[in-house]
Amino acid sequence: MTTEATAGRGLREISNENYVFLQKWVHQASGIVLDDGKKYLVDARLSPIVREEGLDSLDDLCNLLRATRGAALEGKVVDAITTNETLFFRDVAPFDALRSVVLPELLERNAATRTLRFWSAAASSGQEAYSIAMMLLDMGLSSWKIEICGTDISEQVLERARAGRYLQIEVNRGLPAKFLVRYFDRAGLDWQIKPEVRRLVRFEKRDLRDDLRGLGPYDVVFCRNVLIYFDIETKKKILAGIRGCMSPNAYLSLGAAETTFGLDERFLRRPLNGAVFYQRGE
Amino acid sequence: MQSSPMRALVVDDSRSMRMILAHILGQLGYQVDQAGNGRQALEVLDRERNEISLVLVDWNMPEMNGLDFLRALRANPRYAQVTVVMVTTETQASQMIAALEAGANEYIMKPFTPEVISEKLRLLGLAA
Ligand SMILES: C[S@@+](CC[C@H](N)C(=O)[O-])C[C@H]1O[C@@H](n2cnc3c(N)ncnc32)[C@H](O)[C@@H]1O
Repeated sequence: MTTEATAGRGLREISNENYVFLQKWVHQASGIVLDDGKKYLVDARLSPIVREEGLDSLDDLCNLLRATRGAALEGKVVDAITTNETLFFRDVAPFDALRSVVLPELLERNAATRTLRFWSAAASSGQEAYSIAMMLLDMGLSSWKIEICGTDISEQVLERARAGRYLQIEVNRGLPAKFLVRYFDRAGLDWQIKPEVRRLVRFEKRDLRDDLRGLGPYDVVFCRNVLIYFDIETKKKILAGIRGCMSPNAYLSLGAAETTFGLDERFLRRPLNGAVFYQRGE
Repeated sequence: MQSSPMRALVVDDSRSMRMILAHILGQLGYQVDQAGNGRQALEVLDRERNEISLVLVDWNMPEMNGLDFLRALRANPRYAQVTVVMVTTETQASQMIAALEAGANEYIMKPFTPEVISEKLRLLGLAA
């Protein structure tokens, strides 16, 4: 393929052999399946690294990955390949269902302990975790003991999540204006999440394919728009791992294109108010 | 689903901005009217009776600005059901608060992408 973009960048297209190497390498490093015919994507995402490292081509980068065990470079490549796109209150419906059905149920179930525990698995830059936090504050639950844990494989996005500082184009996306004025402070041209929201949320580096024991148990897990990137065996493993971190009858929200169906039949499919949640059962 | 298309009004003194917004709303299934300032917008609403359910309005415009338009609109109970979204280069929190207090349902900061519009309308239950 000789698109203008690749020609303009002046980098040679990656060889077939190295593309296959990269598919395997990315799969091993992150679990993500790079389809055949995604050379343009690899090219667009990795070219900046090639230049940063002072290399001549993507083939050189592959050679470097073969030769080194440098965590910094590996982290950079995984970060560049993964899709980190996210937004506040993504898809709206899961958050509406959380507010109108799931939370009222949890408030009853957990009345004795007055604790609520949430997990934003594959949190990216934190919008999902902070959306949950803002919703809880908006519902007047600040006297409850609330814990929201956000995890991701990418240190780069986690740093942004921890900082809680967002660009104007990011707060434009999906965030109700009343939440923006209530829960953010202006910081130059950016917007900084307020400490009262920030203190409910904690971010940790985790690969979802690893042993997840020790996390949780959570009442609600959001694991959205990440399973789509994995093969079936990896999806099964991750779902089982997540299930192990859920309290009895806890709820799981997946991305609109994701399901437990055919992967883990122990989950109960629960259509709630225009969204679908998957319930752990006893 | 209704059979007749939903109707929206885009209010901005920039013709190109009106065209961009009208195009985006058109793709979301809206039939779109346009006005160049708040005064004209009130006239269009009046003329179209209760047909228009959504207004996207700029802040800074000649004759009648977006905030004054909003106040005039909200003073008339006939338009209580109209959803108003401010779309503006004004990005101070104090301005956002003023707009929300005057009755804006949402607020979008320029520049924006088409997704920003559809995501905000989804929040308001006005887009799939
Ligand atoms: C598209 S984002 C989804 C963000 C958010 N959940 C949402 O729905 O908007 C996918 C995230 O998954 C992360 N990710 C990819 N592979 C992962 C893995 N093996 N373990 C944990 N996180 C992973 C990426 O770093 C990225 O931030």
